[in-house]
Parts: sequence; structure tokens; C-alpha cells
Amino acid sequence: MTGEKTDLVLSEARRLTGDLEDSYRDRIVAALYARAEAIASRAVKEAPAPRRDLDWRLDAILTSRLWGYPIMLALLAFVFWLTLKGANYPSALLASLLFAFQDILTSLFQRLGAPAWLYGIVVLGMYRTLAWVVAVMLPPMAIFFPLFTLLEDLGYLPRIAFNLDNFFKKAGAHGKQALTMCMGFGCNAAGVVGCRIIDSPRERLLAILTNNFSPCNGRLPTLITLAAIFMGGLLTTAAETAVATLTVAGIILLGIVLMFFTSWLLSRTLLKGVPSSFTLELPPYRPPQVLRVIARSVLDRTLYVLARAVLVAAPAGAFTWVLANVHLGTSSIIDHLAGWLQPLGKTVGLDGYILLAFILGLPANEIVIPILLMSYLATGMLTEVDSLAALGEILVRHGWTWITALNVMLFSLLHWPCGTTLLTIYKETKSLKWPLLAAVIPTALGFAACFLAKLLAGLLGAALGG
Amino acid sequence: MRAITSLSNLRPGSSGEVVSLQAWGLARRRLLDLGLVPGTRVVALRRSPSGDPTAFFIRGATIALRREEGRQVLVRPV
Repeated sequence: MTGEKTDLVLSEARRLTGDLEDSYRDRIVAALYARAEAIASRAVKEAPAPRRDLDWRLDAILTSRLWGYPIMLALLAFVFWLTLKGANYPSALLASLLFAFQDILTSLFQRLGAPAWLYGIVVLGMYRTLAWVVAVMLPPMAIFFPLFTLLEDLGYLPRIAFNLDNFFKKAGAHGKQALTMCMGFGCNAAGVVGCRIIDSPRERLLAILTNNFSPCNGRLPTLITLAAIFMGGLLTTAAETAVATLTVAGIILLGIVLMFFTSWLLSRTLLKGVPSSFTLELPPYRPPQVLRVIARSVLDRTLYVLARAVLVAAPAGAFTWVLANVHLGTSSIIDHLAGWLQPLGKTVGLDGYILLAFILGLPANEIVIPILLMSYLATGMLTEVDSLAALGEILVRHGWTWITALNVMLFSLLHWPCGTTLLTIYKETKSLKWPLLAAVIPTALGFAACFLAKLLAGLLGAALGG
Repeated sequence: MRAITSLSNLRPGSSGEVVSLQAWGLARRRLLDLGLVPGTRVVALRRSPSGDPTAFFIRGATIALRREEGRQVLVRPV
């Protein structure tokens, strides 16, 4: 009896508070703000107006209809240009240093009388792959991340989200995805971690799943090298350089278009739901603390990402060396695997070795081209080719045409994310479903794109030939 | 006294005073957290070059709100 009565009273109370909830919360918040205002008015002197004026005047330029987008594109282009241009020299320096150390290691192994297989796995497999990844990856990251952090420190990044949010809204996503996308150009694993800035879980998943559409520092060199050789005729004239640049820009643009398309599709299917509420603070502009920015981005991002890459690249190097040097019958395991993949590769305008290189390049995209060369040349270790011309010659000798190069570029943009990124997606989402989906979506698009490109090129060839 | 309208109808450069919120639950809480309680002065600063969102000056901070959020805040133009 009493129990029933209590239940009745409780449910009545619940009904009443249900109606009241928003209104009493309103009153609490209003009281808090009134109190805070009263305290603040006694304790804080009003910020001088000119400071705010300057912010508003800067915004009037940086987010204007006329200048907003051109400035944004120019800044992004500048960051890329500086990264690629600036990374060249330290990359070459690091490579020569690290490969010189390999000679020291070699003589050490010889003096100790180590067996050939141990020397092969440790030095030619593990160390060489590691050296390659560090030499190719470290300098661009050490330039790109501080530049990006500098823009963040200046207060410019939220303005990019402000400028672009409408497009992302139409795709069912969040404006801040513009930032994680840009970060993906540096490193997809870092981009995925960066998705934490998006509060709503649905929009954060969208950003995580589509980050791979930004070609990272490990893939951009592949795109640039192949464009230079096959589209730009080795960049001997200004016109050829322009064609190569446009090809790379076109690939990047395709990635952005597919990022919007995939976000749109996912937000209408698997990740259905209305965009959650959107509030974005546009903080005051401030002079960046350059030294602190550099220290922070080197420690937080560069070393963190590099450490993870090293952890996967070293075992992968050893593994690949074994595959290339263990022979079953007359040919190596790599040859057998490539032969097995050949029909699938040929169908989409690639070949078995290219597909295998992408698969073995799972730990780090930087090693795709080196692995490809290793298997084409059957040298049993990562090879360095000293010039674009020499590299081009090797590829053409193995049946490459401009359409093969285009397809490799397409597949480089559209295939599974690297091991580090997949692991990061798993860590961020705590579910195997999302890294799996993040791998399946771009790979499916990649096979479709390559097949389509091969088909169109065939038709074009037939039309021109007939 | 001018007619009550919503934040998203405020022209850039003009300002308003919050009258009430039309959102409920979590959305209302987010707006309240920004300090959008009745009586708060809000200045509409500028729209994104793509038309949406709009930046507002609220209690010393610049906050961008999408049209959907702005519609839920009723203001009296001042």
C-alpha cells in the first residue's frame, strides 16, 4: 500500500520536474551569469577596444567573400610548397648519413662473422627500410607540423572551418573536418587523432573514416615522382612542370571531392542522423610563440608519429627481405605472390608487383616504390635510384605506360590507410568495425577508379587508333 | 519597440538582446553555456563567405552559429 503510494507520488513529481527542468535550469544559469557579471565588472577592466577592432578588421579580410577562399588556398599551397621544397635537402642529407651508417654496420657484422641471413634480415631488411622511412618521412613532418601548429597558434585555423562549414554541413559533416583533412596531408594517423576536436561522435566518425582521402606525406612523394616522370616528361620545360603540377593538384582535388561524397553517403546510410548542434569559437588572433610551437609540434606530433612508423617499418623491412630472398623452386616468394596477383592487377591497369608493393607497403606508404623496385630488379633489398630518368627507365622496361602511372597514382590516393593509421583508428574508436570500414571504402573506390581509367584509356586509344 | 526576431535574422553589424530560447534539452543547454540567457546583448558580426554560419559577438567571445542554432534564439533588435 505505502509502496504504491510512494510510486504515485514519485511519478507525479517526475512529471512536474519534466516540465520544470528547462525552466529551473534556465534560472540557475541566468543567476550564475548575473553573479559572474557582477564579480567581473568589479574585478576586470574592459579590454581596450582597438584590440578587438583589429581582430574584426582581420576577419573582414580573411573570411571575406572576395578574399576568404583565395587566401586560404594560397596559404595551403605555400605550406605544401615549403614542405616539399624544404624537405628535399634534409632528406638527402639524412639518407646519405643513414646509409653511411649502414656501411659501418656492415663492416661490424663482417668482423663478428655473422651469418649471411642474419646480416640480411637485420641490416638489409630492417635497418635499410627504417633508414628509408626516417629519411623520407622525418623532414617533411618536421616542416609541415610546425607550420600547421603556427597557423593554429595564430588563430587562423578556426577561420578555415568558418569559411568551409557550409559545404561540410551539406555533406552531413562538421566544419572542423576541414582542419582534420588538412592535417591528413601531413599524416593520416595525426589527422585521425586530430578528429578529437570534433565533439559529436557521429561527425567525428565521418572525419576519421574519410581522413585517408588526403594523400599524406608518405604518398605525396609517390604522386609527385610519377607525375614528374610520366606526365611531365622529367620536367625539362616550364610547360611540362605545369602539367605535372596540375596532375598532382588534380589527384588531390579528386581526393577532396571523394571525401565530400563519402561523407555525404555515410551520413545518409551507415551514420545517419541530423547534424548535431554547431558552435565554433573564433578566438582572438595572437602573435605565435614560435619556439614553443616548434618544440610542441616536434614533441607531440612528429616524434609520436615517427615512433609509431618506426615500430611498424622495422619488422616490415625484415619480413619483406625474407620474402624477397627465400626461394621456392626457381623464384622468390615475392615473385610467386606477384604472379598470383597478376590477373587482378592487370584487370585494373596495374600489375601483380604493384599490388604486392601496396600490400607490403601497409606498414608505411613510403616504402611502396622502394619495394616495387626491389621486386622488379630482384636485388633482394631496397634500392636507391639516383635519378628520375633512371627510375622512369626501369618502370618503362617493366611495361609501364602513362596509364599505368596514372593508375598507380589513383591507387595510391585510394587504397587502405597505412598500418599506423589503422591502428590509430582502432585506438580512437575502440572497435574493429571502423578501421575495417576505413580500409574497405577507399580500396573499393580505388579498384573502381583504376578500372574506369583503364577502360576510358582503352576507348580513347581505340578512337585515336581507328 | 521593434518586433522580436531570431538571431539568424539579425543583419551583420546589428545587435539584439536575447528574449528567450526555443531549443530544448541538450541543444538548449549548449546555448545557455554560451551565456545566451535573457537580457544578453549579442552583436551579429559577419557571415561565412559560403553564407553560413554567422559569427556573433557574445559576452566578449566570437562564436559562430549555424542558421539552425541561430533560429532557436529569439532576440529583440536594439
